[in-house]
Order: sequence, then structure tokens, then C-alpha cells
Amino acid sequence: MSDSLPPQGGHVHTPLHHVTPISTYLTVFAALAIGTLLTWYASTLDLGMMNTPIALLIAVIKATLVILFFMHVLHSTRLTWVVLIAAFLWLGVLFVLTFSDYLTRAWPIY
Amino acid sequence: MSDLAFEHGEEHPPHPFLQHHFEDLGQQHEASTLGMWAFLCTEILFFGGVLLAYWVYRIMYPAAWALGAEQQNTLAGGTNTLVLIVSSLTMALAVRSAQLNNRRGTVLMLILTLIFGTMFLGIKSYEYHAHWMEGLFPGAHWHWQPKDPAISALTPKVQLFMVFYWGLTGLHALHMVIGVGLLLYILARAWRGDFHAEYYAPVEVMGLYWHFVDIVWIFLFPFLYLIPHVGAHHVG
Repeated sequence: MSDSLPPQGGHVHTPLHHVTPISTYLTVFAALAIGTLLTWYASTLDLGMMNTPIALLIAVIKATLVILFFMHVLHSTRLTWVVLIAAFLWLGVLFVLTFSDYLTRAWPIY
Repeated sequence: MSDLAFEHGEEHPPHPFLQHHFEDLGQQHEASTLGMWAFLCTEILFFGGVLLAYWVYRIMYPAAWALGAEQQNTLAGGTNTLVLIVSSLTMALAVRSAQLNNRRGTVLMLILTLIFGTMFLGIKSYEYHAHWMEGLFPGAHWHWQPKDPAISALTPKVQLFMVFYWGLTGLHALHMVIGVGLLLYILARAWRGDFHAEYYAPVEVMGLYWHFVDIVWIFLFPFLYLIPHVGAHHVG
């Protein structure tokens, strides 16, 4: 992570940005392609209640790979991490608060 | 600050694309990418809101959602997922080529990204046309009915599923169309030779947008095409 940052305090005219090796990009691409086929294959199996969580898990892993490697977050500044994590935090608030209502409406009232 | 800029100016004349309010290209690059991330945060919440509504209704009407997903062309959707992943790879390689002063590589990879992006939109149009002909467009034109008349009560809820299908894929396709337009602009600049190791922020920012749109589809594919069937007792 540190190799992408210009030295602190120094006025660097030519910042050294991290250049990801082609092999890394190809590995991530292969993982994404396999993940897609796996999503499709898992959907043809009857896994009971586990079908949806498995599809979600694969999608989250694929998205994480894209964010970390294709979008260079792995080698980004900490500020980028904070901004990104804040987005998912608010997305979490949106989902948790809404489902705390909708998913509990059918619960018995004591 | 001024003497520092002068000192550097002796070796490198001010870069034509360095805006006056930035100290150097590195700072400008960080500001550009951070700005794009801030925009993408609003996009995450924008799509997140629609997906939240989708999940509320999917939990309410699981049988209708499974039936709606059954009407989708999984082969077309799966192929499109792979097409977008390939386009993300070529986009990432375009950024990499720009980082390495490889103008020809940048141009070639951007053209490939354009081709795959357009291919996605072509396959999507084919699917849209099929849905339209089958009467799967919500509203006055709707004339789709399930083959099994015993579950015809599900029809209005399948129509609701299709509202989300058209809305989500339509918003995604709109982002793709905008992305193709932006790619043409970045391609023209790459062709002109604007980008090099110290100045490639526009290619990087283009990549961030493109990969984000890819991520949206990574979720839309299982959400709209691959919904598991739940027991028949869940009708309604």
C-alpha cells in the first residue's frame, strides 16, 4: 500500500503509482469468470435455504475482487478506503433499519 | 511554494493538463480519483435503494419472483456477465498501458472495452425485444400469463418483478450507454497522445466508473436471472 504514496511532506513532481502486474489482472479475471460459472451452476442445484446466501456470497467476493484489484483500492490512499467503507456503512444502515421493520412484522406480538 | 515550483519548473515545464489550483499532477490525480469515489458512493446508495425495495418484495412474494426469473434468458444474462468481466479486464489493462506510457496499448484496450460494452448492450436489446414480444412489459401492453392456469393469481406479482427487472437493468443499461460515450471521449484523448505515466487520471477515473457498472451487473445477474424456487406453499 505504501509504495503508491508519494513521500509525506515532500513535493514530488512525479508520483510513483502502483502498476499492477498483468498476471494479477489475469488471475482476478479468471476468478471472476469462475465465480460467474459457479453462480450459475449453484443455481441449478437444490440447496434448500442455502441457494440465496451462496449466490450472495459469490457476488460479494466478485465485487470485492473488482474493487481491490481492478479499481486499485488495494493500493489507494487511506482516505479512499474511508470513503468507500463509509458508503457500505450507510448502505448497511439502509438495509438493517428497513429489514428490522419488514422482517419482523410477522412476528407474534406478546 | 513558489520557489519550489520554480525549482521543479527548471526540469519540467508546467504540465498542460495541470490545473492551476493543484500543486502537482500527483495531488491532482488523488483529487480526481477521490472525487470519482465520492460520486460512486452516491451511486452505491442509488442502486442500493432500488435493490432494497427489490428485496422487500422478493421476501414478500418469493414464488412470483422465482417465476419471473424463470422468464429470463439465463444464457443471454450469463454471457453478458462474462462479456462485462472481459470488458473490465481490458479497461484495467488500458489504465495499465497508460501508466506505462504505452499509447498504442491504451488505444487498443479502450477499443476492445468499447466493443465488449457495445456487445453487452446488443445482447441486452435482444432480451428486451423478446420480453416485449412476450408481453412482459408492465402496464397496458402486458399480456403475459403463466402456462399453468392454477398459478395465474401470481401474474400481478410477476408484473411487479418485471417492474424491478426493467427498472434495474434499464438503469444499468443507461449507465452503460453513458460509459460508452465517456469511453469514446477517453479514446479520442488517448489517440491524441494526452496520457502518460504522470498524467493518466482520466483513464483511471473512466476505469473506476466502468468497473462500478460491472459490479452492479455482478449483483443483477443472480438477482434477476437465478432466483431459487421455494416450496409451492409460498404462493402469493
